Amino acid sequence: MQDTIEKKYTFKDFASDQEVRWCPGCDDYVILRAMQKALPDMGVKKEDVVFISGIGCSSRFPYYIDSYGMHSIHGRAAAISSGVKLANPDLSVWMITGDGDSLAIGGNHFIHVLRRNLNLNIILFNNEIYGLTKGQFSPTSLIGQKTKSSPYGNTQPPFHPGELALGAQARFFARLGGNSPKEMTSLFVEAEKFNGTSLIEILQNCVIFNDGCFTQFTDKKVREDKQLFLEHGKKMIFGKEKDKGLILDALKLEVVTIGENGVTEADILVHDAKCEDNTLHQMLAKLQYPLATGIIRSYEDDTFEKREALLHEEVKSKSKFSKVDELFFSGETYEVK
Amino acid sequence: MHKMSVNKMESAMQEVETLSAVVIRFVGDSGDGMQLTGTQFTDTSAMFGNDVATFPNYPAEIRAPQGSLYGVSGFQVHIGSIEISTPGDDLDLLVAMNPAGLKTNLHAVKAGHTIIVDIDSFSKKNLQKAEYETNPLEDGSLDNYRVIEVSMTSMTKESIKDLGLDNKSITRSKNMFALGMVYWMYDREMDHTLNFFEQKFKYKPEIAEANAKVLKAGFYYAETLELIPNAYKIAPSEMPKGTYRIINGNTATAWGFLAAAEKSGLELFLGSYPITPATDILHELVKHKNFGVKAFQAEDEIAGVTSSIGASFAGDLAITTTSGPGLALKGEAIGLALMTELPLVIVNVQRGGPSTGLPTKTEQSDLLQAMYGRNGESPVIVIAASTPSDCFDYAYIAAKLTLEHMTPVILLTDGYIANGSEPWRIKSINEMPDIKTNIIDKGSDNWHPYDRNNDTLSRNWAIPGTPGLEHRVGGLEKDKITGNVSYVPDNHEYMTNIRAEKVKRVENYIPDLKAEYHDEGDLLVIGWGGTYGSLHSAVRKLDTKGYKVGHAHFHYINPLPKNTEELLSKFKKIVVCELNKGQFATILRDKFSNYNYTQYNKVMGLPFSVTDLVEKFKNLINDN
Repeated sequence: MQDTIEKKYTFKDFASDQEVRWCPGCDDYVILRAMQKALPDMGVKKEDVVFISGIGCSSRFPYYIDSYGMHSIHGRAAAISSGVKLANPDLSVWMITGDGDSLAIGGNHFIHVLRRNLNLNIILFNNEIYGLTKGQFSPTSLIGQKTKSSPYGNTQPPFHPGELALGAQARFFARLGGNSPKEMTSLFVEAEKFNGTSLIEILQNCVIFNDGCFTQFTDKKVREDKQLFLEHGKKMIFGKEKDKGLILDALKLEVVTIGENGVTEADILVHDAKCEDNTLHQMLAKLQYPLATGIIRSYEDDTFEKREALLHEEVKSKSKFSKVDELFFSGETYEVK
Repeated sequence: MHKMSVNKMESAMQEVETLSAVVIRFVGDSGDGMQLTGTQFTDTSAMFGNDVATFPNYPAEIRAPQGSLYGVSGFQVHIGSIEISTPGDDLDLLVAMNPAGLKTNLHAVKAGHTIIVDIDSFSKKNLQKAEYETNPLEDGSLDNYRVIEVSMTSMTKESIKDLGLDNKSITRSKNMFALGMVYWMYDREMDHTLNFFEQKFKYKPEIAEANAKVLKAGFYYAETLELIPNAYKIAPSEMPKGTYRIINGNTATAWGFLAAAEKSGLELFLGSYPITPATDILHELVKHKNFGVKAFQAEDEIAGVTSSIGASFAGDLAITTTSGPGLALKGEAIGLALMTELPLVIVNVQRGGPSTGLPTKTEQSDLLQAMYGRNGESPVIVIAASTPSDCFDYAYIAAKLTLEHMTPVILLTDGYIANGSEPWRIKSINEMPDIKTNIIDKGSDNWHPYDRNNDTLSRNWAIPGTPGLEHRVGGLEKDKITGNVSYVPDNHEYMTNIRAEKVKRVENYIPDLKAEYHDEGDLLVIGWGGTYGSLHSAVRKLDTKGYKVGHAHFHYINPLPKNTEELLSKFKKIVVCELNKGQFATILRDKFSNYNYTQYNKVMGLPFSVTDLVEKFKNLINDN
């Protein structure tokens, strides 16, 4: 755990001297700003913050935060972050990645980092396209999507990141539109507070190669009607009029209108992000109408580093050796005189 | 030579021969316990004071079909009162637990020498499985050997019939009958093995008792029935004073890193993925959580190396262990470590290649991959261990070099020295050289992450958690001072040169190359890595016969020792011996093109034969 800090930071303390070079209008600016605002509220020292990224537009992110950081190689940020955290569990480690970086070339590391549950934070910038290589389809691109590498339409079915993550036992999964800076700032703080691997999927608009890909969910005019912003312990109610909600009909989530067909507010499901069973979280993650945003799952479990630390202590307390010489000269040795 | 069999023996003169060295091989099914048998004989001999070298040779199949030719597992041990440098070429004694073992190993037995067989295993079925058309014990094909036929399985059963064990446990201990016989033949005590069983089966005393009984039964069988005509004595050898233990190369490698971590004051991080024959390093290091070792079994080879890079960034002594195919997968990440100028050791326990190749067999064919197997201009330090015990030294040196020079080091070992064992005069950490890291804990106002040491050119190492030194690194080209991304043409060339020069300057920190036996003369024998023992033995033989042959063995391959060329110039002829098709010879031709290099190469998954080497070298000298 990080020590609590005495010094009060502002977002400027986390802005590096590097000129930010994303395309004008890119949601990445929103995410960066939200992060720089969130970091002072996390109660961590600046020198303990580490950002690790892979390759892709999003992976430039560490250059713009004035903390420790590594812009690494394609797909491997999860493994590098794991090494950082295992080497020094006191650090606040943030992995910055995208749909190509984590769901294609880094897919293996992505599922395993979630399975192990180290206390680190992952921000997945999902724009359903390869931006940096200039417009090929990604593992989250939709069937039929026309891109530079699918001029007649994409024929590979997409991953739903949430479904994949929960299948890999993610303990914390949240989703947010790229145009929700306020919610994003507090979500980043929540993710840091969560003890375990936190995965945040940001639906990030790519203004150049996939403009408007999430507009149907994120446009300010429709957002309240198309998104269900989940909060633990609160009813799953959405809509401009706060009159829509979710109920469970057999094994399906169903949208109902409060006040119609005898449905009352009492019938609406209450969101339990913290329950161990992730069946309902899976259903919420896959739902297209409404699109579930906010913290879908937040189940606290033992972390990998905690299990390791306990084992280390146990072995240490039982071991006869505290210096390597004691090991080298132990057991079956013999003298030559 | 007269063939003897237990039934036909009429009388036996008990004579004790004193020998300087013998080579023994135990062979049987992969489930017959041949590795254990061999290890026990090795340890007992070492404690008696012999010099020893071993070579386990086992199939890739965990439990191949019983009695099959490809399921034969063997363990060879060379013991002597003289210096032993290899596990030996030809056998003085072969112990064959079944027909398949006899068939696959007979060629290695010296004519006139001894073969012990378990005749109970020579059934029609087993002979068929070994693809024998007639029984070799009866058809005269073994007339050139002294064959000792022993009903090992039935005598094992007989000796422990009262213990109430199941049939499987009974037959499994027949290897101890063989070991008991060999102990008696070579005048060894049984105590070490008896103690071993007591410890190992503390909670299964009936198993310990059974093994002890069978071991003794074999020993007394050989002794009291006078069935074996000759007994041998191997006197203790003269070795430097000190405390010793038997160690194999993989354990020595692991321990070298433990020592380096303690000496440097850093915690050791290993990111690794299981791969034969490197996995035993992971097995060893994962035990030592008491020293704070973080051994992380990752999801794949790439995660093995990249988790280590993360740990290195965060201030650990970080290593990754693998074998050839794994090194191929790690290539891009090694480039990241050299671009970010972070310390990282990559251990490659080489095996037969390419592709999956021969996982359990030895080869030296990853040298060029280690040197050049990355994109871009990407030199790294490459060093090689040469014997099981000096894996300790070179693991330590690999860690020292990477920490002091801030660039990745590839340490090459191979399956032969990794699994082979020999006596190691134990080194206390006090004997090891200091390690000075480049860690910086306080910056000045004009501090930059790529500020360099003037001598080594290594950059300083600012570790997350250190206030005021926050900075970013990455795989994109760096500005030469600030470390920020730079696409400036001159800067890229400058940084490319700096990274190469940094590796080159390591030559100022490594020892000169010395030729053994002769530092000038008719023939210079060049080798590197795990072939040391074979080349050393061959050159020793020629030296005693008066040939002017020197042996130069390279541990430092990139950079090469500064006096390399000077040494090359002192000999009339040069032969480069490698278990590949000439990879080091290629490097030498590239760097020192004024010399003629004869190559001697072998790619059979096996070490060199000393006899063959001696023959080759003689021909080279005599051939004008």
